[in-house]
Amino acid sequence: MTQDGDQRGQEFTGGDDAGSASGLVLPGPSRPGADDPVQLIDPSGVRHPHGHYDSLVADVDGAALQKLYEDMVVVRRIDAEATALQRQGELALWPPLLGQEAAQIGSGRALRSDDFVFSSYRENGVAYCRGVDLADILRVWRGNASSGWDPYTINMATPQVIIGAQTLHATGYAMGIINDGADSVAVTYFGDGATSQGDVNEALVFAASYQAPVVFFCQNNHWAISEPVGLQAHVPIARRAPGFGIPSVRVDGNDVLACLAVTREALARARSGGGPTFIEAVTYRMGPHTTADDPTRYRDPNELEDWVARDPLARLATLLDSLGLLEADYTDAVKARADAVAAELREGCVSMPEPAPSDVFRHVYSAPNSELDRQQDHYERYLASFDQAAQEGRR
Amino acid sequence: MSTMTFGRAINAGLRRAMDDDPKVVLLGEDIGRLGGVFRITDGLQKDFGAHRVLDTPLAEAGIMGTAVGMAYRGYRPVVEIQFDGFIYPAFDQIVSQVAKLHYRTRGAVRMPITIRVPFGGGIGSPEHHSESPEAYFTHTSGLRVVSPSNPQDAYSMIQQAIASDDPVLYFEPKRRYHVKGEVDEAEDLSASDMGAARVVTEGSDVTLVTYGPLVPTARDAAIAASDDGISIEVIDLRSLAPIDFPTVEASVRKTGRLVVTHEAARSGGLGAEIAASITERCFDYLEHAPVRVTGFDIPYPYSKLEFHHLPDLDRILDGVDRVLRRPNSLSGLDMEGPAQ
Repeated sequence: MTQDGDQRGQEFTGGDDAGSASGLVLPGPSRPGADDPVQLIDPSGVRHPHGHYDSLVADVDGAALQKLYEDMVVVRRIDAEATALQRQGELALWPPLLGQEAAQIGSGRALRSDDFVFSSYRENGVAYCRGVDLADILRVWRGNASSGWDPYTINMATPQVIIGAQTLHATGYAMGIINDGADSVAVTYFGDGATSQGDVNEALVFAASYQAPVVFFCQNNHWAISEPVGLQAHVPIARRAPGFGIPSVRVDGNDVLACLAVTREALARARSGGGPTFIEAVTYRMGPHTTADDPTRYRDPNELEDWVARDPLARLATLLDSLGLLEADYTDAVKARADAVAAELREGCVSMPEPAPSDVFRHVYSAPNSELDRQQDHYERYLASFDQAAQEGRR
Repeated sequence: MSTMTFGRAINAGLRRAMDDDPKVVLLGEDIGRLGGVFRITDGLQKDFGAHRVLDTPLAEAGIMGTAVGMAYRGYRPVVEIQFDGFIYPAFDQIVSQVAKLHYRTRGAVRMPITIRVPFGGGIGSPEHHSESPEAYFTHTSGLRVVSPSNPQDAYSMIQQAIASDDPVLYFEPKRRYHVKGEVDEAEDLSASDMGAARVVTEGSDVTLVTYGPLVPTARDAAIAASDDGISIEVIDLRSLAPIDFPTVEASVRKTGRLVVTHEAARSGGLGAEIAASITERCFDYLEHAPVRVTGFDIPYPYSKLEFHHLPDLDRILDGVDRVLRRPNSLSGLDMEGPAQ
């Protein structure tokens, strides 16, 4: 961990001494160690004091740490159960979050209920924090719906598939928050790959222009399907944001406490009129892109081993154990909770009602549409004609 | 009633919509202090504030994507795309988000976004400033597409578009911005429907369907044809998605002949859709195959050649002659070969 004078060196605020006498600004770090992620719990489970971020998690006592651990165990279990459901033919596809539990739980648990999340499709851990009905997570992947829930019930938009598009939605939502005079925050999740998209870069421009209360939470999981982050980013992603006029911070995305701390700080800044913040959570996609992907075709297995050693759950378990907070009655309760969630998820999946054929026409428009209504009428009569033919014994 | 230009009528409609609903916000490039490059939003930022009339960064995807976010938050954004040819960076947000969010969320999220697009040619501009991209959007489910042709419709339909809970592309025929007309500002908006086509000129021999900038040209064609004893019924579609087919059908059943004209390129265009649909619905009434008079399948040409590309009165009348199986009324000659 970097030990800067004020221990805030991880926060990028723009190039200062990065230039040279020629005026050329070089892409190197402005200070040694400036790219090191904020870390409060190291991979071996040791809690390190931090001059700046400790105060932001001062309320996180043993019981709160245990709750964070339980959350991570549960979402990992959701992930495993959904992967099993896909293997068993109950889901067409599933995008695992294995390895990204700390980034999602740490940030997700920092949010207020009136904040609004715009995420990508891997943020099942964030959705869990928002209180989603478990079966709703699966509707898309079972092919029963185009999205899982009413965004306004949990203040989270349904997962966005177009890479990076949701960052603009969050920014626009935050512009609306300004007009409403509210102190809630829009939070958008996206990956390292998305940072190449024009939409993400435009979102950063707009967020800075209007000083919108939006938090950009980038989970750098190192892989965009088969393309490594190095292909898309020649400097740490967090370093881009100051160029837009947006403060940014790199955080150990496998350290749930550090993720909680930096997200809380960003939210507080946004609520108090301080505008947007960019967070790069450095984590790792330990599984495939989706259940249809095969990482052995492009990934060195040694790399995965390195990241298994930095597992977000293992390090918190070690810390809890060192604090005497990992007794059997607690771990049994966590396991029981995970089992119950998994059972609820499976039951919700297999008992999901099938959509009706006429649902294909529903909600294209909010008002009657003469052309579509005509097509629906024709198709329903077409379908009904087979029933009629069957009744008349013609088939 | 007051007399005002087409452009001023849109401005007045925007003003009334903003007065009526504090959730109406305007986003676009140069729309604030400047009032837009065509001055359509003139004075609105001064009167309603910079929080309701936002000068945006120069990024169309950004404008559209943030409008989506504001709609999520309960706002009714009105986006100005500065010129037709500048809309493509926003195409993904329009097609993948604006058009689909209501469907995707099973009605939970509404996208009452109005996208204003000055469109069409005839103003002598360089490339990207004279296009007619409406068919890209009429092909996209979830969008409504309208195009007013006169100041009264411009005034009414902009308000109806803003009031629509579904997203609306509002195509403004920029070469008609300076046309003056009577506008009833006290009009009861609920008494008219922006989805309804209008019979502009009644006639009995040929149905001539068009919209937006070519409506005045079509009306002139009907007057010219009447000198030759030909009676043209001109229909102003007003709504391009959905199309008010019952109005077109009723006319074609009467005339037995259909000519469709638009500035946009022919292949895959609205003329094709109208010709096919009317043929399906009115086949037994048709005396001749429908005829299209359109822009060519070319990139919009440089301005010295644009009037070769744009259908004008004579080309429309040529189409009318062909659907009547008459020689061209100016040259007296039949075109060789099959109908173009």
